Amino acid sequence: MSQKQPFAIKVGPDKEIPLNFHLNPEDFEPASDSEKEELVTMRESVSFWSDGIRRFRKNKLAMASLVVVIFMMFFSFVLPRFYPYHYAQQIRGSEGLAPFEYSETELAAKEAGEKVFPHVLGTDTLGRDIMARIMMGSSVSILVGLVASAIILIIGSTFGAIAGYFGGWVDIIMMRIVDIIYTVPDFLIIILLSVTLKHPLMALAEKPGFGWINRVGVGLISIFIVFSLLYWVGMARIVRGQVLALKEQEYIAAARALGASHSRIIRKHLLTNCIGTLIVTTTLQIPSSIFTESFLSFLGLGVSAPMPSLGSLAATALDGIYTYPYRLFAPAVTISIIILAFNLLGDGLRDAFDPKLKS
Amino acid sequence: MAKYIVKRMAIGMVTLLIVSTVTFFLMFLVPGGPFLAEKAPSAATLKALEEKYGLDKPVPVQYKNYMLRLLKGDLGTSLKQRGREVNDIIFTRLPVSARVGGWAILVAVVLGVTLGSVAALNRGKAIDNVIVFLSTCGIAVPGFVVCTVLMYFLGAKLNILPTFGLTSYKHYIMPVIALSFYPMSYISRLMRSCMLDVLGQDYMRTAKAKGVSQWAALFKHALRNAILPVVTYLGPLLAYTLTGSFIVEKIFTIPGLGDSFISSITGRDYPLIMGTTIFLAFLVITMNVVVDIVYKLVDPRIKLG
Amino acid sequence: MSEYLVDIQNLRLSFFTPAGEVKALNDVSIQMKQGDVLGIVGESGSGKSVTAYSLMGLVPEPGRILSGSIIFNGHRIHEMSEKELRQIRGNEISIIFQDPMTSLNPVFTIGNQIEEVILLHTDKNRKEARERAEELLSLVGINEPKKRLRQYPHELSGGMRQRVMIAIALACEPKLLIADEPTTALDVTIQAQILELMNELKEKIGMSIIMITHDLGVVASMCEKIAVMYAGKIVEYGTAEEIFYNPQHEYTKGLLLSIPKLTATEHEKLIPIEGTPVDMLMPPQGCPFAPRCQNTMKICLKEMPPYTDINEDHYSACWLLQKQAYMTMKDGVAR
Repeated sequence: MSQKQPFAIKVGPDKEIPLNFHLNPEDFEPASDSEKEELVTMRESVSFWSDGIRRFRKNKLAMASLVVVIFMMFFSFVLPRFYPYHYAQQIRGSEGLAPFEYSETELAAKEAGEKVFPHVLGTDTLGRDIMARIMMGSSVSILVGLVASAIILIIGSTFGAIAGYFGGWVDIIMMRIVDIIYTVPDFLIIILLSVTLKHPLMALAEKPGFGWINRVGVGLISIFIVFSLLYWVGMARIVRGQVLALKEQEYIAAARALGASHSRIIRKHLLTNCIGTLIVTTTLQIPSSIFTESFLSFLGLGVSAPMPSLGSLAATALDGIYTYPYRLFAPAVTISIIILAFNLLGDGLRDAFDPKLKS
Repeated sequence: MAKYIVKRMAIGMVTLLIVSTVTFFLMFLVPGGPFLAEKAPSAATLKALEEKYGLDKPVPVQYKNYMLRLLKGDLGTSLKQRGREVNDIIFTRLPVSARVGGWAILVAVVLGVTLGSVAALNRGKAIDNVIVFLSTCGIAVPGFVVCTVLMYFLGAKLNILPTFGLTSYKHYIMPVIALSFYPMSYISRLMRSCMLDVLGQDYMRTAKAKGVSQWAALFKHALRNAILPVVTYLGPLLAYTLTGSFIVEKIFTIPGLGDSFISSITGRDYPLIMGTTIFLAFLVITMNVVVDIVYKLVDPRIKLG
Repeated sequence: MSEYLVDIQNLRLSFFTPAGEVKALNDVSIQMKQGDVLGIVGESGSGKSVTAYSLMGLVPEPGRILSGSIIFNGHRIHEMSEKELRQIRGNEISIIFQDPMTSLNPVFTIGNQIEEVILLHTDKNRKEARERAEELLSLVGINEPKKRLRQYPHELSGGMRQRVMIAIALACEPKLLIADEPTTALDVTIQAQILELMNELKEKIGMSIIMITHDLGVVASMCEKIAVMYAGKIVEYGTAEEIFYNPQHEYTKGLLLSIPKLTATEHEKLIPIEGTPVDMLMPPQGCPFAPRCQNTMKICLKEMPPYTDINEDHYSACWLLQKQAYMTMKDGVAR
């Protein structure tokens, strides 16, 4: 550390120190390096992840939305297993019950000392427990959101990464395709597909090996088809932009110099480096997919009966809005909470992990 | 610039071609053509119908005829509303939807821009929090929820607004609120973040250093920059308003294009579904192209050529 | 009226961030006479820009003046309302910012942005303002001013834009021009052109200039007086000659050693200043430069050094300048 002092220490005109405190001659002895170091309080350096997680934790709204999301997952996927009524189960004699109302047979059973679980939200005109249907409906909605987002993530990030990485005419052609798809009015195509795919899919479901189509529902499959055809373009554009910026970085050149293959560079270096963006965009895609599904189901184009979704539950309840408003509001509120929670979660993740917004 | 316009229009044309082709071929997926949904017509009737609609010809010929008709602007004839042209249906229904949608777009843009700017200028204060909260809810609540909540409380409970039809200005209030709620929230969020971005820009500091007053800086320097992204949202906004109108018109029983589209779906009136889809797609695509071009014109930063 | 154009006395200014109080300015005093050219030198975060901005009443959020006074041309800036300050900004004091690429509003023409300031502070009408703008563009060395006035910022190069910024700053013939790192964002050749232009204009117009920079080369070519700032404090102040040939503060010496010289022999190395600037959220108790100093003494870690006058126009805040230090060092304890 020690360097030759190039300047002579020149003292100014002999002046007394104009301050009143007492100074000892020892104070003017050189300080040791350790004494100097004690003075420097370095803030801990933190990694991208721990920094992001710390910021996310500090964001109360985001943490609250995470709790709500976890609760809604529990409500949709775990609770139905312990709930005594099945969503498709039609209980004879229990049609059209109000919340916490019991049918005559159930009352009789109660008299006899049996435990009868109350219909928390009553039953519908076919005697199905509404609470059970809402749980099922929200699990359908969340599943749609998750699956659709996964599809979009896979297609969009691969497409975008390839276009950005190879650049040149590959990029031009691929982005032109994106431009065209971007202009297609997606809702119209979804509606069109849901309408027209119904019969062929149903026919396909009859064939051995395709029975799952009926389980998932024709409406849902057409929704997924549309997502995988149209909705990934936003993701592709974002990923391409990131990759374009990233591929100019030295470590990509280094990886290439070391003989890494294209696919390895894309997977290992480029995609891992835009992982923050990928997570955020995917999370924000979930509520938007749920939104779309509920819209279609409300119009009767989404899931097929008897499987309920929050949208179709609301649509069925619309006729009785004046007599049984809770039948409409229960699914309506549930879907709003789900979408809101996922939106806030996505916003929180973006604030925490998107370095562009790092302040 | 001319090059850009041509390029943008070419993309629009290609998209239209793809959409109409896709529509055409999708209709073949309906087994036995668009008539099976009818309760089993006799073989003779079916044959007559097929001949009438040219469905007995080979596919390429049908496609050629179909595209030629489209070029002439002929969208065919409705199946269910005997003998009515799809064009005729669209043009009697469209003005109704356009009035509601127009008001909704106006409300959404004006209120969205105002609320977003107010929030940005009062960043961190109570009013900002309220606006952010409301607009966050606004983009989370599906259209049908807004509609039904409005209908139940304003229509049924308080009984101050009519819940169906479209005969007086009062009839417009609920549909317009319902239709503008989501885009208003979206625009106000967009506007808020753009405004915050602009307020932090160096040129705002320059304006301040010149001695420009806060309001002048805001209206002249900030708004002009912050509003540009809102212009790009106008295309998607139109698309949203159209699809939103499906729900709103269904719930409030408004005799608009959305209502007719939904009933054509439930009634399996395939020519009407097809015609409406192509017409709306045309509208949205054209609008997107126009908005893109307008954006390039109003933003001097974009290099011409 | 005082004899000084600029008279900042014991200014203390802090930023109240969520993470805590950042003491941006710590007892800063500056005096300038009409026509003076002062250079303020320091690292980023040393408080040089904040000092200059506070002169215009432009303390960025969440900053607040805690104590001290700022007097400019008889105006008590620190006590003035926003409305009163607006009369001064762009009129009596104007500023050129670091980055000309972002300092002009992208959606308005050059002409519009120059005329704006003229219309604000003079009673010229639009036509006269346009003529004045044209005149200004020629003054700052832009050819075809008529055509340029109709162009947008993105159509101009960085150097051109900085010339436009200078034109805006000069529009109302200010008494004081603040140049906040006016050349940092520009190419080296353009830097020289802009500096030359500023020198020329200084002669022509005779205004005072505060030149903020971290580049000693820039101040050397322009400034008569230099203030060296470190961690919100002026650690040394003197004439350019004194600062360059008789530096007293260890930080100033370090700065001088870290710039390349044309006359250097091949054996001479550039000597960087070791360490990093202090964390302004947790400033050390004593001299802020002590942790990086070559000659730290025990006292440096405990007490803030007082100012010592070297001569009439030169003072510095360093314990090494005290008599006791001189004695101890002479006894051979120092390295």
